[in-house]
Amino acid sequence: MVASTPTDASRWVACLDCDLLCHLPALPEGASASCSRCGGVLRRRRRNSIERTLAFALAASVLYVVANSFPFLDFDMKGRVTETTLVTGVVDLWKQGVPEIATLVGFTAVGAPLVQLTLLLYVLLPVYLGRVPWGIRRASRLLRRVQPWSMMEVFLVGILVAITKLVDMARVIPGLALWAFAGLIVVLAAALSSFDPEAVWERLEHRR
Amino acid sequence: MRGTQAGSAQAAGCATCHDCELLCALPAGAHEARCPRCDAMLHSRKPRSLERTWAFLIAAAICYLPANLLPIMKITSLGRAQADTIMSGVVYLLTHGMWPLAVVVFTASIFVPIMKIVILLTLLVSVHRASRWRPVDRTRLYRLTEAIGRWSMVDVFVVTILVALVHLGNLATVEAEAGAVFFGSVVVLTMLSAESFDPRLIWDRA
Repeated sequence: MVASTPTDASRWVACLDCDLLCHLPALPEGASASCSRCGGVLRRRRRNSIERTLAFALAASVLYVVANSFPFLDFDMKGRVTETTLVTGVVDLWKQGVPEIATLVGFTAVGAPLVQLTLLLYVLLPVYLGRVPWGIRRASRLLRRVQPWSMMEVFLVGILVAITKLVDMARVIPGLALWAFAGLIVVLAAALSSFDPEAVWERLEHRR
Repeated sequence: MRGTQAGSAQAAGCATCHDCELLCALPAGAHEARCPRCDAMLHSRKPRSLERTWAFLIAAAICYLPANLLPIMKITSLGRAQADTIMSGVVYLLTHGMWPLAVVVFTASIFVPIMKIVILLTLLVSVHRASRWRPVDRTRLYRLTEAIGRWSMVDVFVVTILVALVHLGNLATVEAEAGAVFFGSVVVLTMLSAESFDPRLIWDRA
């Protein structure tokens, strides 16, 4: 059974944190509204949300490819050098007999960001071109669910801590991927903060 | 049935879609309804929120002890083996003069997990007791718990990177140990627990 929407659905929302029905005024771009009772954010309207997010997501996907195809750290101990890419790190963990951790790291540092980026492009590119992406409902649900598990910024802090632990032992040389990685985190954060799913729905509704 | 707060969407027979945040009127008498916009199942509250939150939280608390007591990795360098627990990792950074990083790791690996467990426990008990105590602050605590949980993953990533970088046979190797598995479990379980909790329950009887 499909639920119906109240006739003026665009103007009434319920706070996600406390369920208070709030009247949402027409927000100018860049403005946000929060719940009068608990302070939760009701809606954050971004300037040129679709175009900006798309631009950041495109930049991020280039950086993602670089970050995953080049070594991010070289480890030089008495002339013996090991190189590490993100994926080899995960594979090493798996081989060592800790597949649980390998899966967790593979998912949070490689898989989830990839799904997130792919879905952002998959949804936004057609919308930008004035089309309705196939399976948009499923894609938008998946995009929302994968978000908490994408942890590249946490991974970067992990890299910093690991480097500090190793400086006593050997020489650690930051690789190309590390810089791409740092850039990727900034660009992806920018993409996500300019992303406004409501703007996508609005544009799609406008088309129908 | 839980009491409903006047002015809430639930009292008005509406539900917000968990996935696309559209406010929908629930058809009268229907047990199940789908969001007209994104096709997700509609619930006015997260289904079995308290049970799921408790289950994940108890599991996390059980894993918390081995996560902190067992070594998370073993570093072998020139024949010298050294096992590192979460706490000894922090102490190492501290004694080597890297106190800013020590603070970061201590916060992420020790302070945040225990705080998450305590906050979720407090929220659960307060909802069960239908407490009216400072609902705004309790909602804030919940938002905080949701936002910071991911940072506990730092130590899991550190182990991964060390394992990947340091495998030089007899010269130096780093191996992941059981503690890391338990620690990763604590992070994932507390995240799932926080995700299962529905902050609107705080307001239902407030």
